[in-house]
Amino acid sequence: MVERTPILNLFTHLILFVGFAFCVAPFIIVAIAASHNLKDVNDVPMSLLPGSDFWVNIKAAWTTADLGPKLFNSFIMAAGVAAGKVIISALTAFSIVYFRYPGRMLIFWLIFVTLMLPLEVRIVPTYAVVANVMSPYQAILDVTGLSWLIEKVSGVQVALSLGLLNSYTGLIMPLIATATGTFLYRQFFLTVPDELTEAARMDGAGALRFFIDILLPSSRNNMAALGTIMFLWAWNQYLWPLLITTDASHATAVTELKQLIPNVGGIPEWNIAMAGTLIVMLPPLVVVVAMQRWFVRGLIATEK
Amino acid sequence: MEKRVTFSRWSIGILFAVPQLLLIFTFFYWPAGQAVYWSLTLQQPWGGGNIWVGLDNFRSILANTDYWNSITASLIFAGISTGLAMVIALVLATLTDRQLAGSRLYRVVLIWPYGIAAPALAMAFRFILAPEAGFMAAVNKVWPGFWDPGLNGADAMASVIIAFSWKYVGYNFIFFLAALQAIPRSLVEAAAMDGSGVLRRFRDIQFPLITPTIFFLLVINITESFQDSFGIVDIMTAGGPANATNLMVYKIYSDGFKGLDYSGAAAQSIILMLLIIVLTIFQFRFIERRVHYK
Repeated sequence: MVERTPILNLFTHLILFVGFAFCVAPFIIVAIAASHNLKDVNDVPMSLLPGSDFWVNIKAAWTTADLGPKLFNSFIMAAGVAAGKVIISALTAFSIVYFRYPGRMLIFWLIFVTLMLPLEVRIVPTYAVVANVMSPYQAILDVTGLSWLIEKVSGVQVALSLGLLNSYTGLIMPLIATATGTFLYRQFFLTVPDELTEAARMDGAGALRFFIDILLPSSRNNMAALGTIMFLWAWNQYLWPLLITTDASHATAVTELKQLIPNVGGIPEWNIAMAGTLIVMLPPLVVVVAMQRWFVRGLIATEK
Repeated sequence: MEKRVTFSRWSIGILFAVPQLLLIFTFFYWPAGQAVYWSLTLQQPWGGGNIWVGLDNFRSILANTDYWNSITASLIFAGISTGLAMVIALVLATLTDRQLAGSRLYRVVLIWPYGIAAPALAMAFRFILAPEAGFMAAVNKVWPGFWDPGLNGADAMASVIIAFSWKYVGYNFIFFLAALQAIPRSLVEAAAMDGSGVLRRFRDIQFPLITPTIFFLLVINITESFQDSFGIVDIMTAGGPANATNLMVYKIYSDGFKGLDYSGAAAQSIILMLLIIVLTIFQFRFIERRVHYK
């Protein structure tokens, strides 16, 4: 800046340092608490010097909440959602940007509206759909009289049923069904020069060819940004996996954390709870640190 | 903006949109429609069909003091945590934007909390703010009975607000910093040469130029406070004590899945949907306006 403001500079450093401390303190406290033994972690005030039981607690948390398989489930779910979003969004954006077909604007708005209602507010009926993912189609057949017709003609009673509770598909699909990424791609495709499309067409490339060989490679940055954000977002989901994984085999690390809350009146094993918290916190933190550039860019580009 | 050059085989074009359309029909439109239907009928938890009851579900919900408490709690939660997260983020971003030594470090680290899952940070804060261990216990030792989120509703509300704001300071910080850095340096420097001080420049130049970002974040923070609060509440307070932190999303979950009152939960969902739709429309109108600025 053009002026000398030593007092203000000092003030700036001071405030920023306090902000920094508040931001990092919970991470440090969790890590230190995770290293204490049962007695030290419940000392008032807790000692801020690390104890020696770090690995013991990590091991205890790992086995109590069965974190190995749960982390694996989280990973599958987050990677599935990220990949699904990236692919489906690219396809849809390609369709609404590069084609002129009747009803295109209707499709655009149908997709746009999904940005408004998060899964949390339509959680009860979504759960019912996932319990039998065919129920919407069964209902359509029933209402239109088609199932009656089929039964009359062939004698077969139509009862479509496909339950997705306790399955990776059930975890992943409903989370992909929002349009967050579509508009990120749309914005990007709109900036791709028309000359490029013209050149590709003159060289005889069809739509599919253009999409795979030209458009997708040039949108690598978008993919990285969207992929990172969606991975984190899916990893951090809680309500949805909590509901649909009634059976522990498909539970995720984030939902299993609840197992570690010391119950009232029980032994206050905060050291083990904090060790578990640390394990669950770490993967997204690593992703944020490693992919910071994409993460920030994606956040600002998707405005979400 | 439209493309001049497009592909002519539009049947192929529609095929590209089909996967997305199938997904949103099955997992978005159908459930949303189902919620409307359920809210107007009495759904029996163990099957056996629905009875059409019109607006009765809404009437009984709106007549229920527990529901109004949950609305009040949500509004208090949304208001205070949004205010805190935005003011703190704005101060930190403005100071980081001064680009003194070390500002790069702040820029990197202040974003971390946003990456952490709400339940994980809730667990961390549950320990930090626990009345018998951790750090508030030290205060309780000096002043017995000062702090107990397990018994005192206000303390419980304060706990969930602290946890939520901690996460969203990082999120808001990114947007504020990006907005501040988009202001041409020369503008601020010219003002400085004209003799205006730092506060004056913030008030008359930077703040007006980032008002679009402020409005945008206001809406996002409020909408997120209605959804992202679920994990925090479930881990820290489970809606208690005495429903003090029974926020709207949490109440939908507990009425629907624990109380098996699908119709009541659906009616509550509809009310929350309307609330969020209004907020979102506001947000998009506003983004639209902002695009014209460029």
